[in-house]
Amino acid sequence: MTQAMSKDLSRESKHDDSELGRIVSGYTISATGWLVFATFIGIVLAYKFGAPDFAPGPWLTFGRLRPIHTNATFYGWASIALIGLSYYVAVRSCRTPLYSTRLAWIGLALLNVAALAGTIALDLGYSAGDLEYREWPWPIRLIFLAALAMTAWNLVATVAQRTTEDIYLSNWYTMGGVLWTCIVAIVAILPWYQYGLGQVAVSGYYMHNAVGMWFTPLALGIFYYALPKLLNRPIYSYALGVFAFWTNLVFYPIIGTHHFLFSPLPWWLQTTAIVFSVAMLVPVLGGSANFLLTMRGRFGDMRHSYPLAFIFIGVVGYLVGSTQGTVEAFRSLQEVWHLTNFTVGHSHLTMYGFVSFAIWGGIYALLPSATGKYPGHVGLALHFWMAVVGSFIYVIALSIGGTFQGLDWISGLPFIQSVIDMQPYYVWRGVGGVLMFLSHLVFAWNVWRMTFGRSARVIPLAPALADRVSV
Amino acid sequence: MNKLLLIAGGSTLIYAGLALAMGVLPGIMLSLTPSGPGVKPLTADEAEGREVYVANGCSYCHTQQVRPLNQDKVFGRPSAPGDFAYQTPELLGSERTGPDLTNIGARQPSDVWQYIHLYNPRAVVPESIMPSFAWMFDVVDHAPHGVTAVPLPAAYAPAKGVVVPGRKAQALVAYLMALKQAPLPTAQAAPAGLPQPATATPPPAAAEKSAGAYDPAQGKQLFTEKCAVCHQAGGTGVPGAFPPLKGNAAVNDADPTAHIHTVLHGAQGLTIGGVKYSAAMPEFGSMLSDADIAAIINYERSTWGNHGHMVTVEQVAAERAKGK
Repeated sequence: MTQAMSKDLSRESKHDDSELGRIVSGYTISATGWLVFATFIGIVLAYKFGAPDFAPGPWLTFGRLRPIHTNATFYGWASIALIGLSYYVAVRSCRTPLYSTRLAWIGLALLNVAALAGTIALDLGYSAGDLEYREWPWPIRLIFLAALAMTAWNLVATVAQRTTEDIYLSNWYTMGGVLWTCIVAIVAILPWYQYGLGQVAVSGYYMHNAVGMWFTPLALGIFYYALPKLLNRPIYSYALGVFAFWTNLVFYPIIGTHHFLFSPLPWWLQTTAIVFSVAMLVPVLGGSANFLLTMRGRFGDMRHSYPLAFIFIGVVGYLVGSTQGTVEAFRSLQEVWHLTNFTVGHSHLTMYGFVSFAIWGGIYALLPSATGKYPGHVGLALHFWMAVVGSFIYVIALSIGGTFQGLDWISGLPFIQSVIDMQPYYVWRGVGGVLMFLSHLVFAWNVWRMTFGRSARVIPLAPALADRVSV
Repeated sequence: MNKLLLIAGGSTLIYAGLALAMGVLPGIMLSLTPSGPGVKPLTADEAEGREVYVANGCSYCHTQQVRPLNQDKVFGRPSAPGDFAYQTPELLGSERTGPDLTNIGARQPSDVWQYIHLYNPRAVVPESIMPSFAWMFDVVDHAPHGVTAVPLPAAYAPAKGVVVPGRKAQALVAYLMALKQAPLPTAQAAPAGLPQPATATPPPAAAEKSAGAYDPAQGKQLFTEKCAVCHQAGGTGVPGAFPPLKGNAAVNDADPTAHIHTVLHGAQGLTIGGVKYSAAMPEFGSMLSDADIAAIINYERSTWGNHGHMVTVEQVAAERAKGK
């Protein structure tokens, strides 16, 4: 698809190109700021596990910083970065200018306002309830919803004015993700039907849909675009991608209650969630196989292409993290792992190993063609290896520690023993976390070089921008 | 255009249907769950404490859901749907970095302990990694009339003045004290297919088994679970707050009656070793079997240099039969 498309794109006006470059840069820079902030908070939190009297006082207490960390990661970092990339993918794959640059800029402003206001509100103790990922007070979540609705409108309208006959698969995932998440957000915000146990059911639904109908489809959309682009060959099976799209859509919304196994929620709701957690293997294995088969025979390319290496880790993170999610949903294993730090390891394997690596791969693959500027090799290498090694240590430490924690409880030891036994694993988690954080500082430097800083190399530019260079 | 409508519109329609079926409808139906027998709304004070609990993210480390699993029995009976009638926002939580608090008001009924623990958890649980909530307390020269100063151990007390709980700490402790499970009517057992909930009366086999035989490991475990947060693992107590058991007259007395009676029925306002203790000790008679109580008592009587006579399960049973 790439070469034919490139030829067409070169006809586009310089204005559209540079405007798109500015928009993707704006989204990437904002997201990077939130990533550095959220993971710095993460380091502070990790440190508190070993030094609970460090940074006392209401504004730095663990219970307020913890939702600040998760929400800033979700709605500051990952959401903003993925929307920026989605715009790029829509414009390029539909061979058309963005429907509205103004909507894109207003959306970015609203996303930042929401993330900033949400952070301040949580730090002052204004929480909508300790409801995972929807702690922001509802007016702030309305701002986020407004940004989502604008993004949905802009993406769909851009696809509608496409000059291509077909709608490339990536856009299915990105448009779908934004549209579905508008519904997720509305369901979460409306207060009139969520009381007591009813709210527990909605929490189960929300917790997983905010992840699986938002980050997953957008990140997969990026895979479907960036992978063929980097390898200069089409996706292995377009039909398999379509199949994974529809199965993901039907299976994912049903599995949320597996966060509340053994709770007083109706037993049928829990069992249904387990059954569909297993069914999720279909889109996960189908999607992962599709990506890996697209790379068949070309894995060696990773030696020369860090963007490809980031995406490869992202695909592995998707495969391993999602399969782990299925396994965790079994009652027998949940008996050991539920409520332990194993689940924290799992959420980092997915949000970091899958989503964040997908975003980085997408940014490194696509942002240079939008701005014409490249990061340096050392910067890429440092970012990649510190992030990979750091997250590996992080996930392994919490997985092992969490297992011991669960076994401690089962063997009937006094509760405090599980706290004591976690101490070495908390330290290793901190070590992994520091590496991850340092890699984000390098990433920030790389983003700077891809946008306003000095590019590492002048050529080769993406063909789409060739006309600009010749001027 | 049709293609776009099919992909974007069709998938959104399907998703809306699924969101309705899996999120909204269960939400509506389960919101109508009637409150269980004995489950009451919180008082204004307790509700304010719940807000403090939410604002400071207590549920990121403490669950409020007891699962019908063996390892959860220490936290109370399995949670029932009717328990959550007045709980909005829900606070079931997803992690247990700290223990479950569903029934903490019954498991740790001493407000004095809760205040010390909130001020600095390590003052009573040295290995704890919970944050200190000292900022919810005030340091004053003298406790105002009607307010009791928190009896902090010297290592944690301020150099000058005394510590009194602020408004937030008082409300929070009132809420924690209110976290008590309403007993399930016996007819209404756990849902079919689940293990039966733990009951206060142990099966007779367990009570008979250990007659005569004292297992120090079991005694230590029970003591660690039930007693050590106040009396401390070394039996030293917390000076001024919770009496020591090490060298304690009642514990070393040849006649174990007072010792057994205190564990069975609790105590308050005792003067021990010349110090008057205001904190209430809970009764363990309804929580523990005679055998478990004997094991705890024997552990206390044979550890930290104590040399009281060992007691038998029968002696505990006899004391229990006498009543309070």
